[in-house]
Amino acid sequence: MSKSDLSRRGVLKSGALAGTGLALPTIFTASSAAAFTNEPTGSSVTLGFNVPQTGPYADEGADELRAYQLAVEHLNGGGDGGMMNTFSSKALQGNGILGKEVKFVTGDTQTKSDAARASAKSMIEKDGAVMITGGSSSGVAIAVQGLCQEAGVIFMAGLTHSNDTTGKDKKANGFRHFFNGYMSGAALAPVLKNLYGTDRNAYHLTADYTWGWTQEESIAAATEALGWNTVNKVRTPLAATDFSSYIAPVLNSGADVLVLNHYGGNMVNSLTNAVQFGLREKVVNGKDFEIVVPLYSRLMAKGAGANVKGIHGSTNWHWSLQDEGSAAFVRSFGTKYGFPPSQAAHTVYCQTLLYADAVSRAGSFNPCAVAEALEGFEFDGLGNGKTLYRAEDHQCFKDVLVVRGKENPTSEFDLLEVVEVTPAAQVTYPADHPMFAGGALGSCNSGA
Amino acid sequence: MDAILLQILNGLDKGSAYALIALGLTLIFGTLGVVNFAHGALFMIGAFCAVTVQRLLSLSYELVDETQKDFLGNPLKVKTPYVESWFGPEMGGAIIDWAVPIAILFAIPIMIGVGYVMERGLIKHFYKRPHADQILVTFGLAIVLQEVIKYFYGANPIQTPSPQALSGVANVGALFGMDIVYPVWRIVYFFFSVVIIGGIFSFLQFTTFGMVVRAGMADRETVGLLGINIDRRFTIMFGIAAAVAGLAGVMYTPINSPNYHMGMDFLVLSFVVVVVGGMGSLPGAVLAGFLLGILESFASMNEIKSILPGIDQIIIYVVAIIILLTRPRGLMGRKGVMEE
Repeated sequence: MSKSDLSRRGVLKSGALAGTGLALPTIFTASSAAAFTNEPTGSSVTLGFNVPQTGPYADEGADELRAYQLAVEHLNGGGDGGMMNTFSSKALQGNGILGKEVKFVTGDTQTKSDAARASAKSMIEKDGAVMITGGSSSGVAIAVQGLCQEAGVIFMAGLTHSNDTTGKDKKANGFRHFFNGYMSGAALAPVLKNLYGTDRNAYHLTADYTWGWTQEESIAAATEALGWNTVNKVRTPLAATDFSSYIAPVLNSGADVLVLNHYGGNMVNSLTNAVQFGLREKVVNGKDFEIVVPLYSRLMAKGAGANVKGIHGSTNWHWSLQDEGSAAFVRSFGTKYGFPPSQAAHTVYCQTLLYADAVSRAGSFNPCAVAEALEGFEFDGLGNGKTLYRAEDHQCFKDVLVVRGKENPTSEFDLLEVVEVTPAAQVTYPADHPMFAGGALGSCNSGA
Repeated sequence: MDAILLQILNGLDKGSAYALIALGLTLIFGTLGVVNFAHGALFMIGAFCAVTVQRLLSLSYELVDETQKDFLGNPLKVKTPYVESWFGPEMGGAIIDWAVPIAILFAIPIMIGVGYVMERGLIKHFYKRPHADQILVTFGLAIVLQEVIKYFYGANPIQTPSPQALSGVANVGALFGMDIVYPVWRIVYFFFSVVIIGGIFSFLQFTTFGMVVRAGMADRETVGLLGINIDRRFTIMFGIAAAVAGLAGVMYTPINSPNYHMGMDFLVLSFVVVVVGGMGSLPGAVLAGFLLGILESFASMNEIKSILPGIDQIIIYVVAIIILLTRPRGLMGRKGVMEE
């Protein structure tokens, strides 16, 4: 007769141990069973689209989501193929990725770092997303990039313009197609010099967070190199809505240029307030007062209405570009949705194709193999001319557009006009540039 | 000196919005005893009344222009507003240009109606509940309202300009031999708020209805015992308070493009204004509104910020703490209000 070792205490202990094991996030346990985090084993692969679906950037997030859906459709062989037809790499066959049907899940970043991390974590742990992409804010991008690095998945950043994303906060698992503050400064400076000369006094109003700080630093450095004097740099709260009390001191500051390092609702309100105060009609030091908005977005420009007319800034891409890739994307997106895509839609569409292409070339979904395929990858046909995904910092180097608010728009989409396409060489900087110092890529994490 | 006067003007202009919203909040609190966290949403709905009127006036029919192409290369559909075809391009254009002032006429009945429905449909069920319940339900209502607005109008700000004749700047310093320019619409906004505030005070002070309401605010039970239906009058006051917030929103749209979140942006500030002014005190709300507007404006001056960095972000709350420590009832608070 055998004696059972079962006791109440023993069962409780075993139960507790088993429960603890089960409760451990799969993020920490997946590696024991698979070669890397969320290795796709079935006939499909899941991508995680983490965009602002609520909050102030919800419209931009909705446009990103449209572009992601279009990209998935094209990857799976649907639609007209969009930029897959113009992409210089021909690894994608329209049969999904490595023959697996592409599926997707979505998360809502709410443009809050904690919410964005939570939704990305959920997509990785619960939905098995093998790649996370999206976002409309640098704070969010940096937070999610860090999470993806820990989790062992690739992060293909959406709209993030802070130098820090591929600077001090860069990560081996993170990649950015969008341009950055330094590039805006480098592209804008020669245009500003031609338009406004070298003897100018600039006053900066800057959104008080990572993106604003790095853009302010970049634009001030670029304009000071022209010979401009920076009169003042004033930080404004991100939550500010009425900028009149920050604009009023500009009137008596001796400045003849106002640089608005603002984005989204901040940009709409600060620009509107600046125009209300008559800055555009003002003459200071014998020169016409000018306003510069270094980072433009068509979706946001719409909110500022006629106030954007004649005001210069930079942008990553614009639907009016006539190259083959841009035309294909605009045709594809416009036919499906009835209006042209935004720069946010363009960058996330590109990121999805670039990821899929890298997987196809690597022959594996392993994040480290994908990262290796993306590093140093040169491509063309995605709307920005010849582009390099630099290995040292995972930043794309490509042409940057200098745009101006259009004086006589012909439609509600026709708000900006491209005044110059700044070649990639002019906006390229060394990987160890001081503005990008302070961090290291580290090594790729596959979650294994 | 110019800079100081400019900031005073700016403070008065900022304070106008604070005072109007805080006045409505205080009216509701003083009459119904409800802490209405949905009041910012009423400001936002008012702003979207202006957006709606602008869109209605801009309703257009489309004609295909074969000579122009759209972004896909198809013939361009040119939009012509109906009002321009009915009244001619000049008159029609002028009507669209004056959309915001025209919206005032629509906003008054709409906002009174919204206020009436809100009070009868939801808030009246919470009169006898603790303030915490009132705050929760009205805060929830505010979130629902802003999500409804976002569903219909999107999340991006919507440009709603002032009439051309009232845009641009005026040299307000010319009278004193100084060169101080200030946006015309912001001056209009200030005088508009003065008229509304004056109107509300006159209504309460010089009409029988107002006298009964004031009596009810002082002692609701006794007024009820006299056979007066004070609840009905308080419901009307809720509608009037909603209309005040709505008008503040309508007139604010040319200052900053409205978005669904604008009510929340003002709500917390307005509560601070009410607390600083004194819970239930109408003159206190107005005084605190202008005072905090001016203080906030001065705190944004570079000279002040260079001594106290970040003071512009906290000045209002610092003042609130100081007032609550030194005058717990606020600047003009009445004894017994929120003290039971």
